[in-house]
Amino acid sequence: MTLSVAGLRVGSLVRDVSFEIGAGERVGLIGESGSGKSLTALSIMGLLPEELPASGSVSLHGRELLGMSEKDLSRLRGDELAMVFQEPMTALNPAMRVGRQVTEPGRIHGRRHRAEDLLSAVGLPGTARAYPHQLSGGQRQRVVLAMALANEPSLLICDEPTTALDVTVQAQILSLIKTSLPADSALLFITHDLAVVASVCERVLVMLDGEIVEAGSTREVLTQPKHEYTRKLLDASDLEARR
Amino acid sequence: MRNLLIGGVLVGLVVLAALLSFLWTPFDPVKVDATHRLLGCGASHWFGTDKFGRDLLSQLMVGARTTLYVGVVAVGIAAVIGTPLGVLAGMSPRWLGEFVMRANDLVLAFPALLLAIMFGAVFGADTLTAMVAIGIATIPSFARIARSGTLQVMSTEFVLAARAGGRSRLTIALRHVLPNISGLLIVQASVSFAIAVLAEAALSFLGFGTRPPTPSWGRMLQESQELLTVQPRLALVPGIAIAVAVLGFNLLGDGLRDRLDPRLAARV
Repeated sequence: MTLSVAGLRVGSLVRDVSFEIGAGERVGLIGESGSGKSLTALSIMGLLPEELPASGSVSLHGRELLGMSEKDLSRLRGDELAMVFQEPMTALNPAMRVGRQVTEPGRIHGRRHRAEDLLSAVGLPGTARAYPHQLSGGQRQRVVLAMALANEPSLLICDEPTTALDVTVQAQILSLIKTSLPADSALLFITHDLAVVASVCERVLVMLDGEIVEAGSTREVLTQPKHEYTRKLLDASDLEARR
Repeated sequence: MRNLLIGGVLVGLVVLAALLSFLWTPFDPVKVDATHRLLGCGASHWFGTDKFGRDLLSQLMVGARTTLYVGVVAVGIAAVIGTPLGVLAGMSPRWLGEFVMRANDLVLAFPALLLAIMFGAVFGADTLTAMVAIGIATIPSFARIARSGTLQVMSTEFVLAARAGGRSRLTIALRHVLPNISGLLIVQASVSFAIAVLAEAALSFLGFGTRPPTPSWGRMLQESQELLTVQPRLALVPGIAIAVAVLGFNLLGDGLRDRLDPRLAARV
């Protein structure tokens, strides 16, 4: 297993969350705002705010991440573990050129990448010398994705990467995630958009009030929901109409 | 934009006078000339002479040097010590940040002039002790500004993204926090500069700053005191010079803030 989470607890906000993701597997984590999706992601990355300690177990390739020293964690982050955030407008440093930002994860982990190569791979050739404010939201999200994928992570966490983007750009970013993620990388895709889950993920976890209430293959969960909440989620979405 | 321009011109004037004084002054600023005492404004002595017959314009020009020197060193000390302290306080665990800031408040509560007078009494009063004292007293304002800026930057997603990318705290401080709070710091520096200029003038006036015969605007004011009723010109000339420098740096600070703060820039 690439990632195993067992009995994860963050204060009273995330309770007894357990799941596993194998190499090359694409797993969706859905639920409404405040259900603990992002906290789960942040505890895997070891980026929880200091007043919110996590307990339980999170292991990557069998190595326990909870309680690991900041130094060891930072060696994994950006290399084995990568994350894409929701808001592309603020996820880039406004005072640093895009090319420099995009090669930084490589430099930190002792690999040399050419900014142009990384940016071309996400469809942004010739933007290395631009500052973030010169790019659109979708372009910035591509840059963020290029940074996350630069070191071919074994686990990529996407925390609502398309929520802040309009529908056409959303589709482009999603297909980019699908095509550019290495085949043996695991993906944890957090969203509240069921259509996005249906198009990206093979397996899905449904989270409510800090607990996972339903898990299964995407087809199963979306066609024969067992939990009341999942049914409500489905009813509230327009997925039915598209299917 | 207008602030920036006017401030720039006023500060430029002071800087120009100081630079020019290295190459040329109309007269020797410290030369006592008993035959030309208390001359009024005229063709040879533009701003006249003081009670020792020294040329006022020449003193003013060399005094500008002292003023800038004090400003640069005092603000330099404050920025070099205060900024890292503030960034540290903003990035470290809460208790450490609080500790640094409370220590900061302690220094802030101490009046700058009192500190300078104390320093003068202990280490001997001259330009250097005045600069160091003013610098130390200015540290808290830099630390505060740096901390509030740091807290703001640290809460952004790009810092979270930077941590998710495995960047160390030091890299985040140098590459992500500092460049993004530099605008705040530049504005703080120009305002502190004005305060430092004023403080030096006050100290020299009190006899705890620049020692004679080195010309200083504050001491020129002090020496004009006894002749204030008969020769108000002697007080007006350095007084206006101080006002010009202080106003210049304040306007420059305001102008830079308008320029560097994206929220305000959008409105201009």
